[in-house]
Amino acid sequence: MARERWQHVFADYATSSFSDLLRQAAPHLLPGPREAAPDAGAPVVPHGTTVLAVRYRDGVIMAGDRQASEGYQVAHRRIEKIHKADDLSAVGIAGAAGPAMEMARLFQTELEHYEKVEGENLTLEGKANRLGQMIRLNLPMAFQGLVVVPIFAGFDERAEVGRLFKYDVTGGRYEETDYFAQGSGGKDARDSLKKRYRRDMTREDAVRVAIEALLDAADDDLGTGGPDLLRGILPSVKTITRSGFADVPDEEIRRHCEAVLGERGAA
Amino acid sequence: MPLPYYVSPEQMMKDKAEYARKGIARGKAIVAIEYGDGVLLVAENPSTLLHKISEIYDRIAFAGVGKYNEFENLRVAGVRHADVKGYSYSRGDVSAKALANAYSQALGNIFTEGIKPFEVEVLVVEVGDADGRRNEIYHILYDGTIEDERQYAAMGGHADEIRRYLKDNYRDGLDLAAALNLGVRALMVTQNKALTERDLEVAVLDRTKERRKFRRIPPEVLHQHLPEPR
Repeated sequence: MARERWQHVFADYATSSFSDLLRQAAPHLLPGPREAAPDAGAPVVPHGTTVLAVRYRDGVIMAGDRQASEGYQVAHRRIEKIHKADDLSAVGIAGAAGPAMEMARLFQTELEHYEKVEGENLTLEGKANRLGQMIRLNLPMAFQGLVVVPIFAGFDERAEVGRLFKYDVTGGRYEETDYFAQGSGGKDARDSLKKRYRRDMTREDAVRVAIEALLDAADDDLGTGGPDLLRGILPSVKTITRSGFADVPDEEIRRHCEAVLGERGAA
Repeated sequence: MPLPYYVSPEQMMKDKAEYARKGIARGKAIVAIEYGDGVLLVAENPSTLLHKISEIYDRIAFAGVGKYNEFENLRVAGVRHADVKGYSYSRGDVSAKALANAYSQALGNIFTEGIKPFEVEVLVVEVGDADGRRNEIYHILYDGTIEDERQYAAMGGHADEIRRYLKDNYRDGLDLAAALNLGVRALMVTQNKALTERDLEVAVLDRTKERRKFRRIPPEVLHQHLPEPR
């Protein structure tokens, strides 16, 4: 049977997707592999280091240090690694900072675009899958050394809980139940979280545990920046709960940092 | 073989315009009213799921009257235009003016080239900053005619009477409740029944909000602000 003219309306599954729109309207704006010079090797670019997500009673906490490293150099001291994706979710970027931030921006637009076109939000599951697909598209760049492996966390309105997801370079998506940390200091932060994490922590405790894990990572990993109280550079900590995405105020973060450092006799 | 009938261009345009106007006049109306903190949009719309008023971008809203499938197509095209532009430049570079021009071009082309014109009118509204940038209200007709309106705008069935009512009753510096009252009364001008929150779709572009200024006003809240039936 000949294809009817109206059938494209149903075949066009991607009408609510911003990245598919971009592929048609302006493909040069899509993040993804560019032609590499032969044998160029991995370029030295800024890398984000440690981000983590911890589940607690009201939702999820995401935190990251503020340093980007370029080889053995500090590239930036105040980079923001926790990006609000929409009111109920956020992406913590780790890996090559340029492509990772571009991916975060595209992901934000993707979620907002879907919401506006369809008139409702994607489910948390849908958002997590979408981010996985974006990471998979980045795979050729990962082979050139530009690895992007974010953490995604958010509040699931249907299940009424906070949830968090980690990814591998191929876009593989794995849900974690309690906590996860990613980046060069990720292992150290995870070790710290493993000892300190408890189920159903209060906000106060969860912020403390998150900051302590970041300090542990900064202690043992060259790439991760510790709190710089002199310059006023503090890790960034965000909460995602039923009522949305919120910053943990700097004074509160400073108080926790000073308390932890004090306990360890370093302040 | 019979020759095709000759129809003069004037006659053809007149027929098309009449056809489109009739379609639009059959539908329900929408009003836009500037108030202290932004712009209010009120539509008579008994459906809570099929919207006539929607968000396009941070400071821009869209309203359409006439055939749903036609203005829905225009709305989605507008969201696409705005999101691609905002992604390739910056969020501040997306303007209602460019969008209104695009709608004007599109509707103009459809009117002259298509067999059937779109039976729609749309409003593109942008709320100004707190620091004195003016609100912008663009009204685009079925044939691509574009007008920028000030203080208030109305379109759809009985738009002329509604506009006259707004002209007589509009004051500067209304608060939200007063603007809502005015809007609902304006929509009731040509009807002898009172409109309740179930017949209305209301949204504002509220400049006091962070980044995305568009906010729908839910029926529960609406109920408290509706004018008393006369």
